[in-house]
Amino acid sequence: MKYVAPSSVEEATSLLSSSPSAQVFAGATDVVPQLRSGRTAPEVLVDLKKIKELVEVNSDGDKWTVGAATPTAYLTEDESFSHEFPGLSEAAGLIGSDQIQNRSSLGGNLCNASPAADSVPAMVVNGVRAVVAGPNGTRVLDVSEVVTGPGQTTLDDDEFIVEFEIDKMPNRSGDAYLRMTPRTEMDIAVVGAGARVTLADDGSIEQAVLALGAVAPTVVRIPDAEQALLGSTADEETLNAVAAAASAACNPIDDKRGTVEYRKQVAGVLAKRAVVIAIERAEQRNGSN
Amino acid sequence: MPRTHITTVINGDETEFLTEDSTSLLNALRDEVGLTGAKEGCGTGDCGACSILVDDRVNCACLMFAPEADGTVIVTVEGLADSGELHPLQQCFLEGAALQCGICTPGFLMAAKALLDKNPDPTETEIRYALAGNLCRCTGYDKIIRAVQEAAREMRGQ
Ligand SMILES: Cc1cc2nc3c(=O)[nH]c(=O)nc-3n(C[C@H](O)[C@H](O)[C@H](O)COP(=O)(O)OP(=O)(O)OC[C@H]3O[C@@H](n4cnc5c(N)ncnc54)[C@H](O)[C@@H]3O)c2cc1C
Ligand code: FES
Ligand code: FES
Repeated sequence: MKYVAPSSVEEATSLLSSSPSAQVFAGATDVVPQLRSGRTAPEVLVDLKKIKELVEVNSDGDKWTVGAATPTAYLTEDESFSHEFPGLSEAAGLIGSDQIQNRSSLGGNLCNASPAADSVPAMVVNGVRAVVAGPNGTRVLDVSEVVTGPGQTTLDDDEFIVEFEIDKMPNRSGDAYLRMTPRTEMDIAVVGAGARVTLADDGSIEQAVLALGAVAPTVVRIPDAEQALLGSTADEETLNAVAAAASAACNPIDDKRGTVEYRKQVAGVLAKRAVVIAIERAEQRNGSN
Repeated sequence: MPRTHITTVINGDETEFLTEDSTSLLNALRDEVGLTGAKEGCGTGDCGACSILVDDRVNCACLMFAPEADGTVIVTVEGLADSGELHPLQQCFLEGAALQCGICTPGFLMAAKALLDKNPDPTETEIRYALAGNLCRCTGYDKIIRAVQEAAREMRGQ
């Protein structure tokens, strides 16, 4: 196995095009355990962290760009990012330990394509876009378009994610991500739930996006719950409808971490709680901050 | 196998070593550099026994490829003591019996150092979160947490 560390996106894509058994990596927190278990055996490992734009967090007029290989610790430590996207920041901050977060990236969390990846529901509800580089230039995908099943993505072998684009959080909007794990830290989500809402001037919900992780082969949106929330003030009846829709949207597996019944139940509870937190946060963002 | 030439600063000294690309930084430190303080408990990022500081951040050396160390500044547990005098964390672990077999200790010390470097007065909860990536199978965590609290107090001059 050969290690290469290109210093530009172009150098990386040409390396990938010329070596069929090459694999990119950022923090290697998924790659190393997979190599060790013999699940993968690339001939060339392409370290993305020497490419400047892949390890940067920037905010310009209307959006944030987060380099795909940026350690998630940079995000949780960035006060203005965390203030604007507390849900996404908390989701990134749930990945592993401090040791892991000094390495783990959003690009790796997404492209490893685990159904339980914590940052993905939070990226989906925030409408995050992935800028993908390949031999013919770049294309932009919604994060929800990247993963097709466990370990499967829509990226070609010679493509990789350069950065994520995140539109600034509008006024009267807020996000949240909650997960259920047996242990508080260093555990894999039994269920993860992300929510983002925007409130109208009268306090009713103008926009709502909900997504669940770890309950289906990919992250799933909950259209029925989103519909139920629109125009409402998230009264108890509406929240119960959200919970029921969340449970119904699940297509989980039975395993040692949780039964199908348990996962469905927890999905309902977490979806409801995530909506309540997102609304509280939206109420705080009223133009002055 | 071709070997790659790596230049780093380890525990304050410029250090060069040769490594195969697939070697973990942990194995390179242990086998090529001769620093056997960092331990391999799992090799997959779960136990923290291999924790070291890389450019001031705590990392699992088992999850890094040795060539990634090129141009970085590394501190291992061997770099904690200052000319023979134990670091307050080491002294407090010793006095508080915060170790039994000691396999986990280098990792706990480095994770605790990373915490105290950025937060000299952490709460117990903050300490528990900062050490969540380190497992100990014999001592139990209370003595370890107390040793870190004691060291933090001493380092603050209290
Ligand atoms: C102890 C431990 C605890 C963990 N806890 C959690 C947890 O709580 N929650 C959670 O969600 N995950 C957890 N993980 C999994 C892992 O840390 C995360 O998925 C992490 O975000 C992966 O990022 P990485 O940069 O290390 O990815 P890598 O290992 O570098 O890459 C992962 C995959 O993505 C591909 N890839 C990486 N970057 C790109 C890119 N820019 N473009 C295209 N493909 C790319 C790689 O080829 C590989 O297939 C844990 C892992 C460990 C070892
Ligand atoms: S040996 Fe590195 S975390 Fe266990
Ligand atoms: S002292 Fe033995 S594992 Fe911690």
